[in-house]
This record gives sequence, C-alpha cells and structure tokens, in this order.
Amino acid sequence: MTNLLINILIPLLLAPLLPGLINRTKAIMAGRKGQPLLQLYFDLWKLLHKGAVYSRTTSWIFRAGPMVALAAVLTALMLVPLGGSPAPLHFAGDLVLLAYLMGLARFFTVIAALDTGSAFEGMGASREVTFATLTEPAFLLDLAALAKLTGSLSLTDILGGLNWQAHLSCAPELAMVAAALLIVFLAENARIPVDDPNTHLELTMIHEVMVLDHGGPDFAFILYGSAVKMWVLGTILVQVVLPAMDAEFSTSVWAVSAARLGVSLAGMVGLAVLVGMVESVMARLRMVRVPQLLVAACAFSVLAVILVLRRP
Amino acid sequence: MNELIDALMVLLVLMNLRLLGSSRLSACIRTAALEGIALGLLPLMLVWKEGLSGVLIFLAAASVLTRGVLFPWLLLQAQRDANVQREAEPFLSYPLSIMAGVLTLVLSFWLSSRLPLPFASGTPLLISVGLSTILVGLLLIVSRKLAISQVLGYIVMENGIYVLGLALVREIPALVEMGVLLDAFVAVFVMSIVTHHISRQFDHIDADQMDSLKG
Repeated sequence: MTNLLINILIPLLLAPLLPGLINRTKAIMAGRKGQPLLQLYFDLWKLLHKGAVYSRTTSWIFRAGPMVALAAVLTALMLVPLGGSPAPLHFAGDLVLLAYLMGLARFFTVIAALDTGSAFEGMGASREVTFATLTEPAFLLDLAALAKLTGSLSLTDILGGLNWQAHLSCAPELAMVAAALLIVFLAENARIPVDDPNTHLELTMIHEVMVLDHGGPDFAFILYGSAVKMWVLGTILVQVVLPAMDAEFSTSVWAVSAARLGVSLAGMVGLAVLVGMVESVMARLRMVRVPQLLVAACAFSVLAVILVLRRP
Repeated sequence: MNELIDALMVLLVLMNLRLLGSSRLSACIRTAALEGIALGLLPLMLVWKEGLSGVLIFLAAASVLTRGVLFPWLLLQAQRDANVQREAEPFLSYPLSIMAGVLTLVLSFWLSSRLPLPFASGTPLLISVGLSTILVGLLLIVSRKLAISQVLGYIVMENGIYVLGLALVREIPALVEMGVLLDAFVAVFVMSIVTHHISRQFDHIDADQMDSLKG
C-alpha cells in the first residue's frame, strides 16, 4: 500500500512542481522574483475549466492526441521505481516498454499536430521527429548498458542494483550513461540547448509549435503530460547518478524507505536546479548544431555499451 | 592503478571524439595537447607498482613537454600566421565524423578481441584504444581540408602508436623513445614551417585547393 502511495501519488502530485522549480532557478539567476512555484498547478486548474475549440479541418486524431500521449506517459510512470521501492508494474523487459511508451506519446503528439493541416505545426512535427531519431537510440543504448551492467532486464532491479560497489567499479561507464541521459533529458523535455520552452519565434520552436492549436482541457493534458514525462526521465537520471542505498543501516523498514525517498526527491530538486542553471548560462544551439549534440549523446551511449560488454 | 589507467583511456577516447566533432582549430589544438599530457603520464602509471626510475620520469617529462607544450605552441603559431579560426567545410561533416569515430572504436574493440597477444602489459583497454586512436588520426588526415587539421591528425596517430607500443612492449628503451620524440618534434616543426609557407604563397592553407594551378 505505501509502495503504491510512493510510486503513484507522489509523482502525480509533485510532477508539475519541476517546471516551477526550473523557472524559479532561472529567475533567481537573472535577479528576478519569478512566477510562483505552483504556477503550473494554477494553469492546469484554469485550463481544465475552459471549453475546447476544435477546427473543422481536424478529425478524431486531433482530439485523441493529448489523451493518448498523457495515458502513455502515465503508464510509463508506473514502470519507473522511485526511492528504492519496486515500481507498481515490473517485469523482465519493461525497459523496452518504457522506450516504446515514450515513442507512442511522441507519435500521437506528432500526428495530432499534422492533423491540423497547418504548415507551421507540420514544421514542428518534422523537427521533433528528426531529433527523436537521434535521442531514441541514445536512450535505448543507455538502458541496454545499464541492463548489462546490473545483469537484469527490469527497471526496478536495474535502478535498485546500482549501489556503491557498482559505482566504484564501473565509474567510467556510469559517467558516460549519465552524460548521455542528461542530454536526452534536455532534448526530450524541450529544454534549452535543444529547444527553448519560452520562445514563440517560429524559427526556433520545436515542441511548442506542435501544441499551438490545442486549447482548454486538451492543453492541460499536454502540459501535465510533459511534466510527468520530465519526472519519468528525471527519476531515471537521478537514480543512475545517486547510488542506491543498502538496506542494512537501520532496522526499521520505515526509516529505510523514508531515507531512500528523501534522497531521490532531493535528487529531483537538484536536477531541476541544474536544468535551470544550464538554461541561465547557456544559449540555445543553432538548429543545425543540435544533431551534433545528440550524436555526441549517442556516442557516449555506444561507448558505455562497449565498455560494459568488455567487462567479463 | 588499473582503474586509473582505464579512466585515462576513456578520457582519451572522449578527447578523440572532441577532436572529430569540433570545428574550432584552437580548441582542437588544445585538446591534442591535453591528449599528449595524458599520454606522457601513462608510462608512469604502468610501472607504478614496480617503482619509478629516474630515466622513466625524465622520459615522461620530456614527452609531456614536447607533446603538451611544444607541439601546441608551434601549431598555435602556425594558426596565427595563417589567420584561420575554424575549419568551415570538411569532407566529412562533424556529426558524421563523430559517428565514424564511434565506428572505428567498435572496429578496434572487435579487432583487439580477435587479436591474441603473446604478452601484454597494462589493461586490455590499452590495445583497443590505441588502435582506435590511430584510426581516428587517419580519419582526421583524410577528412579535413586545412593543413593544420591534417598535422593534428598526424599527432593523434602518433599518440595512438605510442599507446599501442606501451601496451605491447613493457618498457621502451630510452634511446628509442628519445629518437621517436625527436622525430615527431622535427616532423611537426617542419610541417608548421611548411604550413606557414603555404599560407604566405597561396593566402590559404586549404590542402584541397592545392592541386589547382596558380597563374
């Protein structure tokens, strides 16, 4: 019961906090006060009370897009463990399902964008898919490296198995995986070196372009879905970087799980602050340079896989 | 110590990828210098357990000085003479170069697993990374147009041969080592002078345009 509480309720409630934390970090770095931390919650509340307007050129695909995307990322959320407790859904090979659920969410966002018939949204869809062809192999290769490293095919066992010993003996591999995952995290969530979440300039937009025609509850679904997606990828990255704690330090089960959960949540806050800092100090890359960054992520993952395979 | 050597080898691979992916010449030259410094320290790590000798420390210092200070200095001078900041259009685009670099890595790991060596010192990573560094050097030489980038490719290739040599022979005799260092130094020296003359004569150092007649 507590397990379900930790793995479902906490992410569902806290996911919209991540963009708020990133925005607050950026505001502090720029010397501003910034919007409230809970801004995304207010936005979601407002959007859910609005009606939706649909263009006559769109079909059911346009309406299905946000729902399927949200459903896919919520299912993905069920696969990722948080704070050392096993994920609600875990079986051998669930990491492949995770990658495909992310792909499904992207696919429906893209075809909903194409369904509007707007050339502008088609451009965004094209960019999103172009970059996805490079982030997806990097992500899958990272998962493959982690699976080989820990000798298991379930995300729960993989992320639970990365303890201090693994970190000490496989430091280069884990560093490669973490670097590649960070780039994938930034690219998938449309953060700064790849995409700028604030801009509405047509030359630079990727993710924002595709969702311009959605409004009301649909847009709320999209916003919430992207927050949950950020949470899912973020928990994986955080648990790769922070070693899993051994259970022996305390006899009380409660104390152990509370400590693990605390470390994971602190890691998520740290990740949000890191992303905010990256966005404050870096400019967005030119569109033609983005593939280079993503290819570098792929190179890191391939290197990690090679190094892991070499290990007896 | 083996973990440290492995980490150094991974660092070497990353620096190779940076050389393949960066268009700014000064950044490339600095990366090659870092590679040289890292390689200069490698023999010290290899014999750490048996204890260091004075000759070895002297050789490491000479190696670090030539590869990490002299070469970059000469190349930065040549770059300033030629007044070029970045390589605009290599034959192979930068993302493709990085992919090719990863491919050479896969190839050399496969090759080193098929290559039973009678005796090898250090870690098995030395051989595969040495092979891949040689291939990356070759790739830089054939895929870049500017003379300075090609000299960098030569230096990287030399680094790769050095790593491979360290993996195969336990201790390179001091005389041979000094000879190799001197040869490499003279080669880079001569190449930077040649680059200087090319840029004086043709107003560019684009090796691709060299076969067109100048009237």
